[in-house]
Amino acid sequence: MITDKVLMKGNEAFAEAAIRGGARLYFGYPITPQSEVPEYMSRELPKVGGAFVQAESELGAINMAYGAGAAGGTVFISSSSPGIALMQEGMSFLCSAEVPLLALNVSRGGPGIGGIQPGQADYYQVTRGGGNGDYRIPVFAPSNIQEAVDLLYEGTELAQKWQNPIMILADGMIAQMMEPVRLPEYKKVLTPDEIAAHRDWACTGFDDRGGAENRRVVKSLRMQPEKLEEHVEYLFEKYARAEKELCRYETENLEGAGVVFVAFGTTARITREAIEILAAQGIKAGLIRPISLWPFPNKAFDEIDYKTTKAVISAELSMGQMITDVQIALNGRLPAFLAHRTGGMVPTSPEVAARAKAVLEGLK
Amino acid sequence: MSTYKMFFAGSGGQGVLMMGQIVTYAAMLEGKEATFLPSYGPEMRGGTANCTVVVSDKPVSCPIIYEADIAVAMNLPSMDKFEPMLKKGGKLFYNKSLIERDQNRDDIDAYAIDIAGRAAALGNDKVANMVMLGEVVRNTGVVSIESVFHVFEKVFTGRKAALIPLNKQAFLGE
Repeated sequence: MITDKVLMKGNEAFAEAAIRGGARLYFGYPITPQSEVPEYMSRELPKVGGAFVQAESELGAINMAYGAGAAGGTVFISSSSPGIALMQEGMSFLCSAEVPLLALNVSRGGPGIGGIQPGQADYYQVTRGGGNGDYRIPVFAPSNIQEAVDLLYEGTELAQKWQNPIMILADGMIAQMMEPVRLPEYKKVLTPDEIAAHRDWACTGFDDRGGAENRRVVKSLRMQPEKLEEHVEYLFEKYARAEKELCRYETENLEGAGVVFVAFGTTARITREAIEILAAQGIKAGLIRPISLWPFPNKAFDEIDYKTTKAVISAELSMGQMITDVQIALNGRLPAFLAHRTGGMVPTSPEVAARAKAVLEGLK
Repeated sequence: MSTYKMFFAGSGGQGVLMMGQIVTYAAMLEGKEATFLPSYGPEMRGGTANCTVVVSDKPVSCPIIYEADIAVAMNLPSMDKFEPMLKKGGKLFYNKSLIERDQNRDDIDAYAIDIAGRAAALGNDKVANMVMLGEVVRNTGVVSIESVFHVFEKVFTGRKAALIPLNKQAFLGE
Protein backbone atom coordinates (compact mmCIF):
# COMPACT_ATOMS: atom_id res chain seq x y z
CA MET A 1 0.00 0.00 0.00
CA ILE A 2 1.28 3.43 -0.90
CA THR A 3 0.82 6.18 1.64
CA ASP A 4 1.32 9.90 1.16
CA LYS A 5 2.02 10.28 4.86
CA VAL A 6 5.37 10.56 6.55
CA LEU A 7 6.31 9.54 10.07
CA MET A 8 7.58 12.59 11.92
CA LYS A 9 8.36 13.70 15.42
CA GLY A 10 5.99 16.44 16.56
CA ASN A 11 8.61 19.17 16.88
CA GLU A 12 10.06 18.48 13.43
CA ALA A 13 6.61 18.40 11.85
CA PHE A 14 5.76 21.74 13.53
CA ALA A 15 8.90 23.33 12.10
CA GLU A 16 8.30 21.90 8.63
CA ALA A 17 4.69 23.11 8.67
CA ALA A 18 5.81 26.65 9.48
CA ILE A 19 8.30 26.57 6.60
CA ARG A 20 5.69 25.19 4.19
CA GLY A 21 3.30 27.87 5.46
CA GLY A 22 5.76 30.50 4.30
CA ALA A 23 7.71 31.37 7.46
CA ARG A 24 11.22 32.39 6.44
CA LEU A 25 12.51 34.07 9.59
CA TYR A 26 13.02 32.27 12.89
CA PHE A 27 14.44 33.64 16.13
CA GLY A 28 14.79 31.45 19.16
CA TYR A 29 16.67 30.05 22.08
CA PRO A 30 16.79 26.32 22.89
CA ILE A 31 14.57 24.98 25.65
CA THR A 32 13.20 21.48 26.31
CA PRO A 33 10.82 20.05 25.15
CA GLN A 34 10.92 22.02 21.88
CA SER A 35 14.64 22.29 21.07
CA GLU A 36 14.18 20.19 17.93
CA VAL A 37 12.24 23.13 16.46
CA PRO A 38 15.18 25.58 16.44
CA GLU A 39 17.50 22.70 15.50
CA TYR A 40 15.31 21.89 12.48
CA MET A 41 14.99 25.55 11.55
CA SER A 42 18.75 26.12 11.75
CA ARG A 43 19.24 23.24 9.31
CA GLU A 44 16.31 23.74 6.92
CA LEU A 45 15.59 27.49 6.75
CA PRO A 46 18.82 28.43 4.95
CA LYS A 47 17.96 25.86 2.25
CA VAL A 48 14.82 27.81 1.31
CA GLY A 49 16.40 31.22 1.48
CA GLY A 50 15.30 31.93 5.04
CA ALA A 51 17.27 33.04 8.07
CA PHE A 52 17.72 31.42 11.47
CA VAL A 53 19.07 33.42 14.38
CA GLN A 54 19.83 31.92 17.76
CA ALA A 55 19.10 34.86 20.03
CA GLU A 56 20.95 35.53 23.28
CA SER A 57 17.71 34.88 25.18
CA GLU A 58 13.96 34.64 24.62
CA LEU A 59 13.78 38.36 25.36
CA GLY A 60 16.12 38.94 22.43
CA ALA A 61 14.17 36.53 20.23
CA ILE A 62 10.78 38.21 20.68
CA ASN A 63 12.23 41.64 20.00
CA MET A 64 14.00 40.39 16.87
CA ALA A 65 10.64 38.97 15.82
CA TYR A 66 9.04 42.37 16.49
CA GLY A 67 11.57 44.11 14.26
CA ALA A 68 11.49 41.53 11.47
CA GLY A 69 7.69 41.42 11.50
CA ALA A 70 7.49 45.23 11.41
CA ALA A 71 9.68 45.10 8.31
CA GLY A 72 7.15 42.80 6.64
CA GLY A 73 8.85 39.46 7.26
CA THR A 74 6.93 36.23 7.77
CA VAL A 75 8.18 35.31 11.22
CA PHE A 76 7.88 32.17 13.32
CA ILE A 77 9.12 31.75 16.88
CA SER A 78 8.85 28.91 19.35
CA SER A 79 9.68 28.27 22.96
CA SER A 80 8.42 26.48 26.04
CA SER A 81 6.60 27.83 29.10
CA PRO A 82 9.29 29.80 31.00
CA GLY A 83 10.72 30.99 27.68
CA ILE A 84 7.27 32.14 26.53
CA ALA A 85 6.95 33.93 29.88
CA LEU A 86 10.06 35.95 29.02
CA MET A 87 8.44 36.95 25.73
CA GLN A 88 5.28 38.43 27.24
CA GLU A 89 6.41 42.06 27.17
CA GLY A 90 7.08 41.69 23.46
CA MET A 91 3.68 40.06 22.84
CA SER A 92 1.98 43.14 24.26
CA PHE A 93 4.11 45.42 22.07
CA LEU A 94 3.39 43.37 18.92
CA CYS A 95 -0.35 43.46 19.61
CA SER A 96 -0.35 47.21 20.12
CA ALA A 97 1.82 47.81 17.04
CA GLU A 98 -0.22 45.26 15.04
CA VAL A 99 2.76 43.19 13.99
CA PRO A 100 2.01 39.68 12.70
CA LEU A 101 3.78 36.72 14.30
CA LEU A 102 3.28 32.97 14.40
CA ALA A 103 4.30 31.67 17.83
CA LEU A 104 4.44 28.16 19.26
CA ASN A 105 4.43 27.28 22.95
CA VAL A 106 5.36 23.66 23.65
CA SER A 107 4.26 23.88 27.24
CA ARG A 108 5.71 22.06 30.23
CA GLY A 109 5.12 21.91 33.96
CA GLY A 110 5.48 25.08 36.03
CA PRO A 111 5.54 27.45 37.84
CA GLY A 112 9.04 28.87 37.67
CA ILE A 113 11.59 26.93 35.70
CA GLY A 114 9.39 23.97 36.66
CA GLY A 115 10.12 20.72 34.86
CA ILE A 116 10.28 19.40 31.32
CA GLN A 117 7.30 17.05 31.22
CA PRO A 118 4.00 18.10 29.54
CA GLY A 119 1.83 20.76 31.15
CA GLN A 120 -1.18 22.97 30.40
CA ALA A 121 -0.67 25.44 33.23
CA ASP A 122 0.10 28.22 30.73
CA TYR A 123 -3.62 28.52 30.01
CA TYR A 124 -4.00 31.81 31.86
CA GLN A 125 -0.70 33.12 30.48
CA VAL A 126 -1.78 32.48 26.94
CA THR A 127 -5.50 33.35 27.11
CA ARG A 128 -5.27 36.28 29.53
CA GLY A 129 -1.91 37.59 28.46
CA GLY A 130 1.18 37.95 30.59
CA GLY A 131 2.04 41.33 29.09
CA ASN A 132 0.63 44.71 30.03
CA GLY A 133 -2.39 46.52 28.71
CA ASP A 134 -5.54 45.62 26.81
CA TYR A 135 -4.79 43.05 24.15
CA ARG A 136 -5.76 39.60 22.93
CA ILE A 137 -3.91 36.78 21.24
CA PRO A 138 -5.81 34.10 19.32
CA VAL A 139 -4.68 30.71 20.64
CA PHE A 140 -5.17 27.30 19.06
CA ALA A 141 -4.51 24.01 20.86
CA PRO A 142 -3.97 20.97 18.59
CA SER A 143 -4.49 17.47 19.97
CA ASN A 144 -2.48 15.55 17.41
CA ILE A 145 0.45 16.21 15.13
CA GLN A 146 -1.64 16.52 11.96
CA GLU A 147 -3.85 19.16 13.54
CA ALA A 148 -0.77 21.03 14.77
CA VAL A 149 0.69 20.96 11.28
CA ASP A 150 -2.53 22.26 9.75
CA LEU A 151 -2.85 25.06 12.32
CA LEU A 152 0.77 26.17 11.97
CA TYR A 153 0.45 26.10 8.19
CA GLU A 154 -2.63 28.30 8.37
CA GLY A 155 -1.16 30.37 11.19
CA THR A 156 1.23 32.36 9.01
CA GLU A 157 -1.76 33.66 7.03
CA LEU A 158 -3.92 34.27 10.09
CA ALA A 159 -1.15 36.35 11.66
CA GLN A 160 -0.99 38.53 8.52
CA LYS A 161 -4.76 38.74 8.17
CA TRP A 162 -5.30 39.85 11.76
CA GLN A 163 -1.99 41.72 12.06
CA ASN A 164 -1.49 40.17 15.45
CA PRO A 165 0.47 37.35 17.05
CA ILE A 166 -1.21 33.95 16.67
CA MET A 167 -0.25 31.37 19.28
CA ILE A 168 -0.25 27.60 18.88
CA LEU A 169 -0.30 25.90 22.28
CA ALA A 170 1.08 22.37 22.14
CA ASP A 171 2.62 20.37 24.95
CA GLY A 172 5.63 18.16 25.54
CA MET A 173 3.67 15.06 24.66
CA ILE A 174 2.72 15.85 21.07
CA ALA A 175 6.05 17.56 20.52
CA GLN A 176 8.05 14.47 21.44
CA MET A 177 5.85 11.74 19.96
CA MET A 178 5.75 10.52 16.35
CA GLU A 179 2.65 10.06 14.23
CA PRO A 180 1.99 9.65 10.53
CA VAL A 181 1.31 13.07 9.07
CA ARG A 182 0.35 14.46 5.68
CA LEU A 183 2.41 17.56 4.91
CA PRO A 184 0.78 20.38 2.94
CA GLU A 185 2.24 21.94 -0.22
CA TYR A 186 4.72 24.81 0.06
CA LYS A 187 2.95 28.17 -0.02
CA LYS A 188 4.21 30.75 -2.46
CA VAL A 189 6.57 33.13 -0.72
CA LEU A 190 6.32 36.86 -1.42
CA THR A 191 9.28 38.71 -2.94
CA PRO A 192 10.47 41.89 -1.17
CA ASP A 193 8.60 43.98 -3.77
CA GLU A 194 5.42 41.99 -3.23
CA ILE A 195 5.81 42.39 0.53
CA ALA A 196 6.16 46.16 0.12
CA ALA A 197 3.02 46.20 -2.03
CA HIS A 198 0.79 43.72 -0.15
CA ARG A 199 1.82 44.49 3.43
CA ASP A 200 1.10 48.18 3.01
CA TRP A 201 1.67 48.97 6.68
CA ALA A 202 5.14 47.42 6.91
CA CYS A 203 8.39 49.40 7.13
CA THR A 204 9.91 48.12 3.93
CA GLY A 205 11.92 51.19 2.93
CA PHE A 206 11.15 54.81 2.23
CA ASP A 207 12.76 55.99 -0.98
CA ASP A 208 10.42 54.86 -3.70
CA ARG A 209 7.24 56.10 -2.05
CA GLY A 210 8.58 59.61 -1.56
CA GLY A 211 7.49 62.28 0.86
CA ALA A 212 7.12 62.20 4.63
CA GLU A 213 3.33 61.98 4.24
CA ASN A 214 3.72 58.49 2.80
CA ARG A 215 5.90 57.16 5.54
CA ARG A 216 4.89 54.04 7.43
CA VAL A 217 5.13 53.96 11.20
CA VAL A 218 4.95 50.84 13.39
CA LYS A 219 4.76 51.81 17.06
CA SER A 220 3.17 51.04 20.38
CA LEU A 221 3.78 54.40 22.08
CA ARG A 222 0.80 56.78 22.19
CA MET A 223 1.32 59.56 24.70
CA GLN A 224 -2.06 61.24 24.34
CA PRO A 225 -4.68 59.28 26.30
CA GLU A 226 -7.38 60.22 23.74
CA LYS A 227 -5.30 58.71 20.95
CA LEU A 228 -4.42 55.63 22.99
CA GLU A 229 -8.03 55.01 23.95
CA GLU A 230 -9.06 55.38 20.34
CA HIS A 231 -6.35 52.90 19.29
CA VAL A 232 -7.29 50.33 21.92
CA GLU A 233 -10.97 50.60 20.96
CA TYR A 234 -9.98 50.05 17.35
CA LEU A 235 -7.98 46.95 18.40
CA PHE A 236 -10.98 45.62 20.30
CA GLU A 237 -13.28 46.05 17.31
CA LYS A 238 -10.80 43.81 15.53
CA TYR A 239 -10.77 41.33 18.44
CA ALA A 240 -14.59 41.27 18.44
CA ARG A 241 -14.51 40.15 14.80
CA ALA A 242 -11.78 37.62 15.63
CA GLU A 243 -13.97 36.20 18.42
CA LYS A 244 -16.61 35.35 15.83
CA GLU A 245 -14.35 34.17 13.04
CA LEU A 246 -11.69 32.24 14.92
CA CYS A 247 -13.85 30.28 17.36
CA ARG A 248 -13.19 26.57 16.77
CA TYR A 249 -14.17 23.43 18.62
CA GLU A 250 -15.34 19.85 18.28
CA THR A 251 -18.07 18.10 20.19
CA GLU A 252 -18.55 14.37 20.54
CA ASN A 253 -21.32 12.31 22.02
CA LEU A 254 -23.19 15.19 23.70
CA GLU A 255 -26.70 13.90 23.03
CA GLY A 256 -28.01 11.98 26.01
CA ALA A 257 -24.69 12.25 27.88
CA GLY A 258 -24.80 12.03 31.67
CA VAL A 259 -21.53 13.90 32.01
CA VAL A 260 -19.57 16.11 29.62
CA PHE A 261 -15.81 16.57 29.63
CA VAL A 262 -14.08 19.70 28.39
CA ALA A 263 -10.49 19.03 27.38
CA PHE A 264 -7.92 20.30 24.90
CA GLY A 265 -4.64 19.05 23.48
CA THR A 266 -3.17 15.84 24.87
CA THR A 267 -5.77 15.79 27.62
CA ALA A 268 -8.55 15.54 25.02
CA ARG A 269 -6.99 12.31 23.75
CA ILE A 270 -6.83 10.80 27.24
CA THR A 271 -10.40 11.91 27.85
CA ARG A 272 -11.59 10.23 24.65
CA GLU A 273 -10.31 6.93 25.98
CA ALA A 274 -11.89 7.67 29.38
CA ILE A 275 -15.21 8.08 27.55
CA GLU A 276 -14.82 4.57 26.09
CA ILE A 277 -14.09 3.17 29.55
CA LEU A 278 -17.20 4.89 30.95
CA ALA A 279 -19.31 3.61 28.05
CA ALA A 280 -18.25 0.06 28.90
CA GLN A 281 -19.58 0.72 32.42
CA GLY A 282 -22.89 2.01 31.13
CA ILE A 283 -22.15 5.72 31.64
CA LYS A 284 -22.60 7.95 28.63
CA ALA A 285 -20.05 10.75 28.55
CA GLY A 286 -19.52 13.48 25.97
CA LEU A 287 -16.67 15.76 25.05
CA ILE A 288 -16.28 19.41 24.18
CA ARG A 289 -12.81 19.92 22.72
CA PRO A 290 -11.89 23.59 22.42
CA ILE A 291 -9.49 24.08 19.52
CA SER A 292 -9.40 27.84 19.98
CA LEU A 293 -8.76 28.67 23.65
CA TRP A 294 -9.16 32.36 22.92
CA PRO A 295 -11.74 32.85 21.59
CA PHE A 296 -13.13 30.23 23.97
CA PRO A 297 -15.95 28.28 22.31
CA ASN A 298 -18.81 29.41 24.57
CA LYS A 299 -21.39 28.39 21.98
CA ALA A 300 -20.30 24.74 22.21
CA PHE A 301 -21.89 24.73 25.66
CA ASP A 302 -25.30 25.44 24.12
CA GLU A 303 -25.04 22.01 22.49
CA ILE A 304 -24.97 20.21 25.85
CA ASP A 305 -28.03 18.02 26.42
CA TYR A 306 -29.31 19.77 29.54
CA LYS A 307 -32.07 17.18 30.00
CA THR A 308 -29.55 14.42 30.68
CA THR A 309 -26.22 15.99 31.61
CA LYS A 310 -25.67 16.36 35.34
CA ALA A 311 -22.12 17.73 35.44
CA VAL A 312 -19.33 19.15 33.33
CA ILE A 313 -15.74 18.17 34.02
CA SER A 314 -12.81 20.32 32.96
CA ALA A 315 -9.88 17.95 32.39
CA GLU A 316 -6.58 19.80 32.59
CA LEU A 317 -2.86 19.44 33.20
CA SER A 318 -3.02 22.31 35.69
CA MET A 319 -4.59 23.12 39.03
CA GLY A 320 -7.68 24.34 37.20
CA GLN A 321 -7.39 27.29 34.83
CA MET A 322 -9.64 26.51 31.86
CA ILE A 323 -12.39 25.68 34.37
CA THR A 324 -12.84 29.45 34.81
CA ASP A 325 -13.84 29.74 31.14
CA VAL A 326 -15.96 26.59 31.44
CA GLN A 327 -17.89 28.21 34.30
CA ILE A 328 -18.36 31.42 32.32
CA ALA A 329 -19.61 29.42 29.33
CA LEU A 330 -21.98 27.34 31.48
CA ASN A 331 -23.29 30.52 33.09
CA GLY A 332 -24.72 28.60 36.02
CA ARG A 333 -26.55 26.02 33.92
CA LEU A 334 -24.58 23.10 35.39
CA PRO A 335 -21.91 22.60 38.05
CA ALA A 336 -18.30 22.36 36.80
CA PHE A 337 -15.75 20.00 38.32
CA LEU A 338 -12.07 19.45 37.76
CA ALA A 339 -10.12 16.35 36.72
CA HIS A 340 -6.47 17.18 36.79
CA ARG A 341 -2.83 16.37 37.32
CA THR A 342 -0.09 18.97 37.26
CA GLY A 343 3.66 19.53 37.41
CA GLY A 344 4.31 17.35 34.36
CA MET A 345 2.21 14.43 35.59
CA VAL A 346 -0.34 13.11 33.09
CA PRO A 347 -3.46 11.23 34.23
CA THR A 348 -4.32 7.83 32.80
CA SER A 349 -7.68 7.36 31.12
CA PRO A 350 -8.96 5.12 33.98
CA GLU A 351 -8.11 7.94 36.43
CA VAL A 352 -10.14 10.42 34.39
CA ALA A 353 -13.02 7.94 34.10
CA ALA A 354 -12.93 7.27 37.85
CA ARG A 355 -13.10 11.01 38.54
CA ALA A 356 -16.24 11.28 36.40
CA LYS A 357 -17.84 8.37 38.25
CA ALA A 358 -16.98 9.95 41.61
CA VAL A 359 -18.48 13.27 40.51
CA LEU A 360 -21.72 11.60 39.39
CA GLU A 361 -21.89 9.57 42.63
CA GLY A 362 -21.40 12.73 44.67
CA LEU A 363 -24.34 14.41 42.93
CA LYS A 364 -26.79 11.62 43.74
CA MET B 1 -10.96 -4.07 14.30
CA SER B 2 -7.76 -4.55 16.24
CA THR B 3 -5.55 -2.36 18.37
CA TYR B 4 -2.11 -3.29 19.66
CA LYS B 5 -0.65 -1.44 22.62
CA MET B 6 3.05 -2.04 23.16
CA PHE B 7 5.94 -1.14 25.45
CA PHE B 8 9.54 -1.39 24.32
CA ALA B 9 11.98 -0.93 27.19
CA GLY B 10 15.63 -1.34 27.98
CA SER B 11 18.72 0.72 28.55
CA GLY B 12 20.05 3.47 26.33
CA GLY B 13 21.94 2.06 23.34
CA GLN B 14 20.02 -1.22 23.10
CA GLY B 15 17.99 0.01 20.15
CA VAL B 16 14.71 0.19 22.04
CA LEU B 17 13.43 3.37 20.40
CA MET B 18 14.52 2.06 16.98
CA MET B 19 12.35 -1.05 17.44
CA GLY B 20 9.35 1.09 18.33
CA GLN B 21 9.91 3.42 15.40
CA ILE B 22 10.19 0.55 12.90
CA VAL B 23 6.88 -0.93 14.06
CA THR B 24 5.21 2.49 13.87
CA TYR B 25 6.64 3.16 10.42
CA ALA B 26 5.63 -0.29 9.15
CA ALA B 27 2.11 0.21 10.45
CA MET B 28 1.88 3.53 8.62
CA LEU B 29 3.01 1.87 5.39
CA GLU B 30 0.17 -0.62 5.85
CA GLY B 31 -2.27 2.29 6.03
CA LYS B 32 -2.90 1.79 9.73
CA GLU B 33 -3.01 4.43 12.42
CA ALA B 34 -0.04 4.48 14.76
CA THR B 35 1.60 6.53 17.49
CA PHE B 36 5.10 6.37 18.91
CA LEU B 37 5.71 8.03 22.26
CA PRO B 38 9.24 7.97 23.71
CA SER B 39 9.98 8.61 27.34
CA TYR B 40 11.89 11.86 27.39
CA GLY B 41 13.84 13.39 30.19
CA PRO B 42 17.32 13.95 31.54
CA GLU B 43 18.54 10.56 30.30
CA MET B 44 22.13 9.58 29.60
CA ARG B 45 23.90 6.84 27.69
CA GLY B 46 23.31 3.61 29.57
CA GLY B 47 20.28 5.10 31.34
CA THR B 48 16.76 3.78 30.93
CA ALA B 49 14.90 4.16 27.66
CA ASN B 50 11.39 3.15 26.76
CA CYS B 51 8.69 3.93 24.28
CA THR B 52 5.03 3.27 23.82
CA VAL B 53 3.60 2.26 20.46
CA VAL B 54 -0.08 1.98 19.57
CA VAL B 55 -1.09 0.43 16.24
CA SER B 56 -4.74 0.41 15.26
CA ASP B 57 -7.24 0.19 12.41
CA LYS B 58 -8.95 3.31 13.77
CA PRO B 59 -7.51 6.69 14.82
CA VAL B 60 -5.49 6.31 18.02
CA SER B 61 -7.33 8.19 20.72
CA CYS B 62 -4.59 8.04 23.30
CA PRO B 63 -0.83 7.53 22.75
CA ILE B 64 -0.31 6.97 26.49
CA ILE B 65 -1.06 3.46 27.68
CA TYR B 66 -1.51 1.98 31.12
CA GLU B 67 -1.77 -1.66 30.05
CA ALA B 68 -0.25 -3.43 27.07
CA ASP B 69 -0.86 -6.33 24.70
CA ILE B 70 2.86 -6.67 24.08
CA ALA B 71 5.87 -5.78 26.24
CA VAL B 72 9.50 -6.04 25.17
CA ALA B 73 12.06 -6.02 27.99
CA MET B 74 15.71 -5.72 27.09
CA ASN B 75 16.94 -5.68 30.69
CA LEU B 76 15.75 -6.70 34.16
CA PRO B 77 14.53 -3.31 35.45
CA SER B 78 12.37 -3.06 32.31
CA MET B 79 10.91 -6.52 32.87
CA ASP B 80 10.22 -5.69 36.53
CA LYS B 81 8.42 -2.52 35.48
CA PHE B 82 6.45 -3.64 32.44
CA GLU B 83 5.56 -7.31 33.10
CA PRO B 84 2.88 -6.24 35.61
CA MET B 85 1.45 -3.82 33.03
CA LEU B 86 0.60 -6.55 30.52
CA LYS B 87 -3.02 -7.42 29.94
CA LYS B 88 -4.13 -10.94 30.79
CA GLY B 89 -3.08 -13.07 27.82
CA GLY B 90 -0.53 -10.44 26.76
CA LYS B 91 2.83 -11.32 25.28
CA LEU B 92 6.13 -10.67 27.03
CA PHE B 93 9.37 -10.80 25.04
CA TYR B 94 12.47 -10.64 27.17
CA ASN B 95 16.20 -10.61 26.66
CA LYS B 96 17.32 -13.99 28.00
CA SER B 97 20.95 -12.96 27.48
CA LEU B 98 20.71 -10.39 30.30
CA ILE B 99 17.69 -11.36 32.34
CA GLU B 100 18.24 -14.34 34.60
CA ARG B 101 14.76 -14.73 36.02
CA ASP B 102 11.71 -16.19 34.27
CA GLN B 103 8.34 -14.44 34.05
CA ASN B 104 6.42 -14.03 37.31
CA ARG B 105 2.95 -14.29 35.81
CA ASP B 106 1.25 -17.40 34.51
CA ASP B 107 -1.56 -15.54 32.73
CA ILE B 108 0.70 -14.23 29.95
CA ASP B 109 2.72 -15.77 27.13
CA ALA B 110 6.44 -15.25 27.64
CA TYR B 111 9.16 -15.55 25.03
CA ALA B 112 12.73 -15.75 26.34
CA ILE B 113 15.12 -14.82 23.55
CA ASP B 114 18.90 -15.16 23.65
CA ILE B 115 19.39 -12.11 21.47
CA ALA B 116 23.07 -11.61 22.25
CA GLY B 117 23.93 -15.22 21.43
CA ARG B 118 22.00 -15.13 18.17
CA ALA B 119 23.45 -11.78 17.15
CA ALA B 120 26.96 -13.06 17.93
CA ALA B 121 26.30 -16.11 15.75
CA LEU B 122 25.55 -13.68 12.91
CA GLY B 123 28.85 -11.97 13.61
CA ASN B 124 27.46 -8.58 14.65
CA ASP B 125 26.19 -7.87 18.16
CA LYS B 126 24.53 -4.65 16.95
CA VAL B 127 21.66 -6.59 15.38
CA ALA B 128 20.49 -7.94 18.75
CA ASN B 129 17.49 -5.61 18.68
CA MET B 130 16.52 -6.89 15.21
CA VAL B 131 16.63 -10.47 16.53
CA MET B 132 14.17 -9.32 19.20
CA LEU B 133 11.99 -7.34 16.80
CA GLY B 134 11.75 -10.34 14.49
CA GLU B 135 10.45 -12.49 17.35
CA VAL B 136 7.91 -9.81 18.27
CA VAL B 137 6.59 -9.34 14.74
CA ARG B 138 6.56 -13.02 13.78
CA ASN B 139 4.81 -14.06 17.03
CA THR B 140 2.23 -11.28 17.18
CA GLY B 141 1.47 -10.19 13.62
CA VAL B 142 1.27 -6.56 14.75
CA VAL B 143 2.68 -5.67 11.32
CA SER B 144 3.75 -7.85 8.41
CA ILE B 145 7.30 -9.01 7.74
CA GLU B 146 7.09 -7.41 4.28
CA SER B 147 6.26 -4.01 5.78
CA VAL B 148 9.23 -4.22 8.12
CA PHE B 149 11.50 -5.04 5.18
CA HIS B 150 10.02 -2.09 3.33
CA VAL B 151 10.97 0.09 6.31
CA PHE B 152 14.53 -1.30 6.21
CA GLU B 153 14.80 -0.05 2.63
CA LYS B 154 13.62 3.41 3.70
CA VAL B 155 15.80 3.62 6.81
CA PHE B 156 19.02 1.95 5.65
CA THR B 157 20.06 4.11 2.72
CA GLY B 158 23.41 5.05 1.19
CA ARG B 159 26.28 3.18 2.84
CA LYS B 160 23.89 1.64 5.35
CA ALA B 161 22.04 -0.19 2.55
CA ALA B 162 24.72 -2.88 2.76
CA LEU B 163 23.38 -3.74 6.23
CA ILE B 164 19.92 -4.74 4.97
CA PRO B 165 20.69 -8.45 4.34
CA LEU B 166 22.21 -8.83 7.81
CA ASN B 167 19.23 -7.13 9.46
CA LYS B 168 16.80 -9.30 7.50
CA GLN B 169 18.70 -12.39 8.56
CA ALA B 170 18.61 -11.31 12.21
CA PHE B 171 14.94 -10.46 11.91
CA LEU B 172 13.96 -13.80 10.36
CA GLY B 173 15.96 -15.78 12.92
CA GLU B 174 17.86 -17.63 10.23
